[in-house]
Order: sequence, then structure tokens, then C-alpha cells
Amino acid sequence: MKAFLMHADRDFALEANLPAQARALTQDLELERLLRTMASGDDLIFDVAYRALLVSLRDPEAIVYRQQVLTDSLDRAAVVRELYELAGEALSAERTVWGSLRHSPRTSLSTSVQKLGLFLGFLRRLRELTDAHAPDFNSPGFTRFFEMLRTELDEDYFELVAGYLETLKFKNGMLMSARLSTGNKGHDYTLRRPREQGLLERMFDRSGYSFTIPDRDESGFRALSDLEEKGLNLVANALAQAVDHVHSFFVMLRVEIGFYVGCLNLSERLAELGEKTAFPVASGPGDLVLSARGLYDVSLRLTTTEQVVSNDIDADGKSLVMITGANQGGKSTFLRSIGLAQLMTQCGMFVGAQSLRVNVCEGLFTHYKREEDESMESGKLDEELARMSEIADHIASDCLLLCNESFASTNEREGSQIARQVVTALLEAGVKVLFVTHMFDLASSFFRQGVGSTLFLRAERGTEGARPYVIAEGEPLPTSYGEDSYRRIFGRDISSTPAVMPDIRRS
Amino acid sequence: MHSILFDRDDGVNARREEPGFFADLHLDQIVHSLTAGREEYDLAPLFYQPLHDVESVHYRHHVLSDLEQEPLLAAVREFARGMQRARKHLELIESLHHARQRQRWFIETVAVYCDVVRGLRDRLRAPKLRSQGFLMLRDYVSHYVQTDVFTRLLQETREVLNDLAAVRYAIQIKGNRVRVTRYEGEPDMSEEIQAAFERFRQGEVTDYRVKLREWADMNHVEARILDLVAQLYPETFAKLEHYCARNDQYLDPTIGRFDREVQFYLAYLDYIEPLKAKSLEFSHPRVSARSKEVRATATFDLALAAKLASEGEAVVCNDFHLDDPERVLVVSGPNNGGKTTFARTFGQLHYLASLGLPVPGADARLFMPDRIFTHFEREEDIQTLRGKFEDELFRIHEILERATGDSVLILNESFGSTTLRDALAVGTEVVREIIDLDVLCVFVTFVDELSKLGPSTVSMMSMVVPEDPAVRTYKVVRKPADGLAYAAAIAEKYGLTYETLRRRVAR
Repeated sequence: MKAFLMHADRDFALEANLPAQARALTQDLELERLLRTMASGDDLIFDVAYRALLVSLRDPEAIVYRQQVLTDSLDRAAVVRELYELAGEALSAERTVWGSLRHSPRTSLSTSVQKLGLFLGFLRRLRELTDAHAPDFNSPGFTRFFEMLRTELDEDYFELVAGYLETLKFKNGMLMSARLSTGNKGHDYTLRRPREQGLLERMFDRSGYSFTIPDRDESGFRALSDLEEKGLNLVANALAQAVDHVHSFFVMLRVEIGFYVGCLNLSERLAELGEKTAFPVASGPGDLVLSARGLYDVSLRLTTTEQVVSNDIDADGKSLVMITGANQGGKSTFLRSIGLAQLMTQCGMFVGAQSLRVNVCEGLFTHYKREEDESMESGKLDEELARMSEIADHIASDCLLLCNESFASTNEREGSQIARQVVTALLEAGVKVLFVTHMFDLASSFFRQGVGSTLFLRAERGTEGARPYVIAEGEPLPTSYGEDSYRRIFGRDISSTPAVMPDIRRS
Repeated sequence: MHSILFDRDDGVNARREEPGFFADLHLDQIVHSLTAGREEYDLAPLFYQPLHDVESVHYRHHVLSDLEQEPLLAAVREFARGMQRARKHLELIESLHHARQRQRWFIETVAVYCDVVRGLRDRLRAPKLRSQGFLMLRDYVSHYVQTDVFTRLLQETREVLNDLAAVRYAIQIKGNRVRVTRYEGEPDMSEEIQAAFERFRQGEVTDYRVKLREWADMNHVEARILDLVAQLYPETFAKLEHYCARNDQYLDPTIGRFDREVQFYLAYLDYIEPLKAKSLEFSHPRVSARSKEVRATATFDLALAAKLASEGEAVVCNDFHLDDPERVLVVSGPNNGGKTTFARTFGQLHYLASLGLPVPGADARLFMPDRIFTHFEREEDIQTLRGKFEDELFRIHEILERATGDSVLILNESFGSTTLRDALAVGTEVVREIIDLDVLCVFVTFVDELSKLGPSTVSMMSMVVPEDPAVRTYKVVRKPADGLAYAAAIAEKYGLTYETLRRRVAR
């Protein structure tokens, strides 16, 4: 019995290896804010959502499968939340039964019988819930799931299991078979279900030989009890495994439903904030599709009470997007909104946009300027190069790389030169690159090449009264808006602008 | 009776006490390691008994050459393990009380024995055997396995064991009443439970079978049950009883002897294995009972090497040779430079050669001594220097009284505690006497002059690193004694040679 709500044909692997770039992605895209909203205090949902976001789907059909389950969930939020609760309650109830499974088969057996008794109740509830709500669900995922519960958990099954649990109370004594092993010791003790035997048959059954342990023979009773333990060992094992099986079923159910509960939490929060969401249209990895309307940075939106800037982008057929323009112009936010949308798309979620069409990528990578290492000036370029080298270890064709002010830790000429070589090499390897930079030398050199598959975007101050900054198509300009920012913050002009400032920046 | 160690029966005389020179040559350490973990074979006496004729040594060399083939070595080890298992069973029987238990263990012991013997027969067929020792063994075993005694033993053992394996029974326990019947095919409850819950299974299964303590012994309830099982299967148990009575002398004495004696070789091969792995060489020496021209290259102290190798330290190898008329190696040079180790090596080599074993080093040619005598400084606390000197003299005198021209003498730092004048005077006397005896000797001394007492003395020196005289190389090489060389080197290091001191010390 599999939940199969995350994949049509397999379990969701909570223990799956994260991609090598998981840490960088989490940091650079500020995933934690998003995850905290999804989890809403539930650690399990946090973990599940984290895995789901980072271990991306790559098949558009698999994405649609989740989108459909999520659509059902959004429509029947209460039922989905109840399923999640039910699985949680079953697991908590199990925890109220104490008893070691490791020391005595007898203790283990009685612990397992109790646990299974409790589980049986929850399985009945699950069956009732199925009967009540299954018809309201339309997605292939939920349809299969409820159908499975209907077939596997029928009345006959409940009766059979209840019968076993009754037999294991041994009201009529126990029967075990054995063989002789080395030293003629009994061996291979196996608990047997006694054949139904009529009263008369039993009265006249004289086969075999018997003896009775005298009342005062304490060591005899101990020996007898040891013998019973041996007889119970296998069945106690089977029963403890049965508990594990049902336990793992509830765990898996909770994990997979947990993802959708996380999506419900996020959806509800964004609705409260008055933000729109949309299911993206994902296309195959080689397609070079990226176009969005009203794309915003979900992580940022979750931390402020104000509206955040949203942008449109039309980058279909583009393998390189160079983003230049004013400081504080929303370039980083823009880049992050694309990265987040990519991850959310590839885990089957809705995205923060009015609409989005995007191709899936084989792997998302980020290379961001890191602010935290400023103490070690001299090593910064080393550190940047090391990170890029690590990315190079893992990146491949049809991956997406987001660069935010990469190689800005050295002078512009060096930085551009390094970046140019890196970017060119990656493009030729079939990697899609989005590069935010203030390095005019870098951006303009690509502009001069005039390749049709490159898109140039520029952050600009909007017209009076409109949003402060927009990102629009535009060629790179020789000066950034640093002067403006300086003036705004310092309240005075830069006295003179040197043509090249590499050394100043470096020091 | 065939022996894998002795080519003739008169060679055997079980000596139980360690030879006197063992401790001085650290042969005690070697034999201790060799016999450790093999106590059941009582091997030490075999190592206390050197051979005295060349043919006997060759007999062992040939056996060892055969044993160097991996298939044969593996076969012998397997045989040994099997015999060991059989012995363990017999030990166990001693501790058991219930007759039917003892009988069962006994037949299993014999089963192991039969298997082991047949296995040995089969596995001796394949390798190309050359040694008289193994060829005779092969013939013996092939013949033995075909004797009526053995074939009957084997057949009977199988029959009785098969009958016992077919015994199946059931135990019914209700309260204090135990009934033993034949097993009637009642269904396995653990299988039924497994089947019922398999549907919930999500992944790997934990094994919850409890490790229940098992004693070889039986408690009285088990014993009672066994007796009832015997009543259910009376013929089977009657057969077992007769079997045991008939076959108590199952072990063939020649097989038993091989089992013990071959351990002599295995012990040594196992001991030198890790040293060979460190590229230290071992070789079968050419032995002679007449020629006193001896030599070895890349040889070493076996006890020290074993210790160093286990600590991951490097082992220093040395060469020596004595060509007629040379007989006495006079070893001098800086202390802690490997002189004593070298002296031990010489002694060990001759002893190991006379055990018919491979010796440390390559290209070894050794003399078979009638006896080995050693004189090492004693630990005992002798109050006065004169007392000590006299004690030494007394012991050396005793040695010279007993030694013949066919002995080997190892004299280490004799007279080290007396004045140069006395040491020179007495030493010269002693060495002259040794020369007259025409005996092979290593004489470690600080008295250079003793190396120049005639054509039969050879000087060897322990060496230091020329640039840093404080560093010992543990190399001992054949070169004229020069006590001043070391003094000059060490003086130079501290700037105290004549020239340096002249320059340093201003007028």
C-alpha cells in the first residue's frame, strides 16, 4: 500500500541525497522564509518541503501529476488536512504503548498486539473517510490512493486481522513445532495455529506423551517459559514487523500529504497578503522557455507587509540573460524571483506570478557574491573561484546558473575576463545563464557580439509616481546608478568619477 | 608411523625445557609468538629440538616448499580448522550430562572428522607435491579413506544423522501441562501474520528476532521433552546409542600426528608472513655439517623485526660472510648501533636453520652446529666490578670447556665492565682459544685489537650517519675496526676537533 501522491509510481524519498548545490540554493534564494511559512511550525512539513524543493522533478508530466493533486488539495483543503491529522494521531497513539521489542519475545508480542489494535482503529477511520470523500477528488493521484484504500481495507481484511490478534492471546494454550539440532537440542521452534478440533476429538486425542510441571518446581516453570519464548520468537518478530509496516504506511502518508498541507499553508498566507499565484506551464529541459507576467519574489513578500515589485520577462529562446542597471534597482530580487519560481515549478507547486511558462532544468545553480567573507579580502577571489569550480564539478547541459555579481571581488577587467570565459564556456556546454552584474566591460562585450540568444535587461527607475524600479529590456550602460545611490544616502555628490576604479574597489 | 616433521623416527625426543641460549638470542620471544594461540598442539617441544643431520633438514625444506603452494596451504589450514572443531566438540561432551546429548555431539564430532579427512584426501590430489613428507601423507590418507574401518564409519554416521534430521515434533503447552506429539503440518502463524500485513510494507524490514541465550546444556524440561521425543522415535535413538558404543576409537593416530606436527610449519609461516609482506626476505639456507663457510645477505633479527613490523617501523638488514679460514666475527663500534642485534641474528640464523626452517635474509649458507653457546651480560646485581668480571670469566670458561669445533658461540659485550687493559689481555686469551677451537663465533667488544688476532678474525663495525654521528643506522658492516672514527665525527659536530678548536679558542 503506497500513498504515491508525490510521484505516480514511487515513494517520495525523504532521505534522498540533496544536490551538491543545496546549501548555496537555500542561502542564495532565501528558502528558509518560504519553508517556514509552508511548515507553519510543523518540522515534518518543513523537511518534506525542503526536500521537495531541492530534489527537483525534471519531467513536465511528473510536475503536472503533483499540480493536479495540489489542485484537489486546494479545493478540498479540510479533507486533506484531516488525512494529515489522522496519520499523525495514529503515530502518536502508537507512541503511548510502551514495551521493548528487543529483549523478550513475549513482551514484544504483547506490545505489538496492543499497537496493532490501536492502528486497526485508525485504519477503520481512514476507510470511513475514504467512503465519505473519495468522489470529490479528481486528480489521478488521489483517485488511485482512495481506490487502493477501498480494495485493501475491506471488511474481510479487518475481520481476519482482528481474528489473529485474538488468537495471539493464547486462551487455548500454544502449539509449536520443532526439530532436533546439534546436541539434540530443540531447534527451529515455530508457533503453529492449532487445527480446529471438536470437543470430542480433543477428549479422545491420546497421541503423543505428556507430563506436568509440579507446582513447586520453580526452575521447571522458568524452563517452560524460556521454551515459550523460543516458540514466540518468530511470531513476535513477524508482529513487530507488522507494526513497522503499518507505522511506515502512516509515516509515508503523513510525509506525502504533508507536502500538500505545506502548499495549503503557503497558498493561504499569500492569499491573505493579497498576492496572486498561478500554476506554471513547464516544458522540456531543452526548450529555452522563460516568460512571466507579474513575477515576484515570494520569499521577500513573506517578510514584508508591503507589496513587492513584480516584473515581466520574455526570454523565450534565450540562453543568456544579462541583467545590468542601477544599484538597489531590484536586480537581486528579480534574479531570486526567477530562481524561486524555477524550484517551485519543479516541485509541482504554484509560483508567485500571474503566469509563468518555463522549461525545466536538469539542475539549478547559484553563484552569488558572498557578503559575509569581507574580512578576508585577499582570499575572496580564491573563494569565488573555488565555488565556481565546485559548480563546474556538478553542472551539465540543460542546467540553469544564476550569477549575482560574480567575480566582483577583483577589479573589473580581471573579473570580466574571468566571467566572460566562464560564461562562454558554460553556454557552449548547453547551460542557461542569468547573470546580474554591474561590470559594464562584461555586459557590453556580450552585447557587442550581438548574439540573438542573449537577452539584455536593465534595472531602471520608473517614471514618476509609478513603481520605483522596473527591469526592462535594455542595453548595458557604461555607468551604473551608484552615483545616485551615493547622493541619496550621503546627501552629496561623488567629487569625481574615475574612469576605472578597480584598485579603489579592491582595497 | 608417518611424520611430516621427522624423516626418521629416532629423531623424536620430547624435550620440555627451553635450551639455555634461548633467552639471550630472543628465541624465547619467537617461540612464544609462534605457539601463542596454538596451545592445544603443544608445539614448544618441537621448537626445542634442533636437527643434526642435513637430510632431516632437507626433509623439512621440501615439505615447506610444497606448503608454499597456496592450494596446499589452504587445504592444510582447512584440515586443521576441521580437526579443531572436532576437538571443541569433544571438550563440550565432557561438560554435558544428558546421555542423548552426549551421543549426538559425539556423532557430530565423528561426522566432522570424516568430512575433514575426506576433504584432505580430495585436496591433496590437486597440488603438484614433491616432498617425501607430503607424498607419503597423500598415499596414507588415500589408503586410509578406502579402508573398511573408515568407509563403515562414514556410512553409519550418515545414516544415523539422517534419521535424526528427520525427527519433527510438536509441543503443546497449556498452563503447566506439556504434551509432545509428532508434528502434523499445522500452519505457521508467523507466516500468516507476515502475509496479512505485507500490504503495508514501505521499505526495509527490521529483524526483531530476539537473541535468546542458548546453552549447550539442557534444563530438565528440555531433557524431559527430548526423552519423550525419543519415545516417539524409538528406533532412531536406539541406533544412535549403539553407534556411540561401537565407534569411540574413531581417530586414526597418524592423522592425529599430522594434525599436530604440521602446525610447526604453519606457525612459522604465519609468523613470517607479515614480514614478507614488508618485503623482508626469507630463504631456505644451504646447510652443511662440515663447511664453516657461512653467509647471508639482507638478514635481520627475527624477534626484533616482528616487533618493529607490528609497530610499523622499518627493519634494518645486514650482510655477513665468513670464508675459510675466517671463523670469528669481531663486532665493534658505537653503542646502540646494532651490535647486539647483529650477534643475535647470527645465532638465530643457525638455530632456525637447524630446525629446518627458512631463515631471515637471502643467499644463506649456514653451518649445522652441534650446540649453541651464548654469553650475554647478566641482569643480576653483582655488587663489585671484580665480582662481575669474575662471573663473566667463569661462564666463558665453562662455555669453552663444553664447546667443540662444531659449536656456535655468541659472546656479547664480554668484559664490557672491566678496564681496557684487562679486557684486552683477557679478551686476547679467550679469542685465541676460540681460534684454536676452530669454532664459529661472534664476539662483540669495544676492544679493537681483538679483531686483528689472525686470519680467522674478521672485523665488523656498527655504523653512524657521517654528517650526524648521533644518528645510528643499525648497519653493521665488514670493515676494519676504527674506534677513533666515531669519536672524530662526534667531535666535529660539536666543533671540538683539533682544527676547529684551535680556531675557536683564541689565544
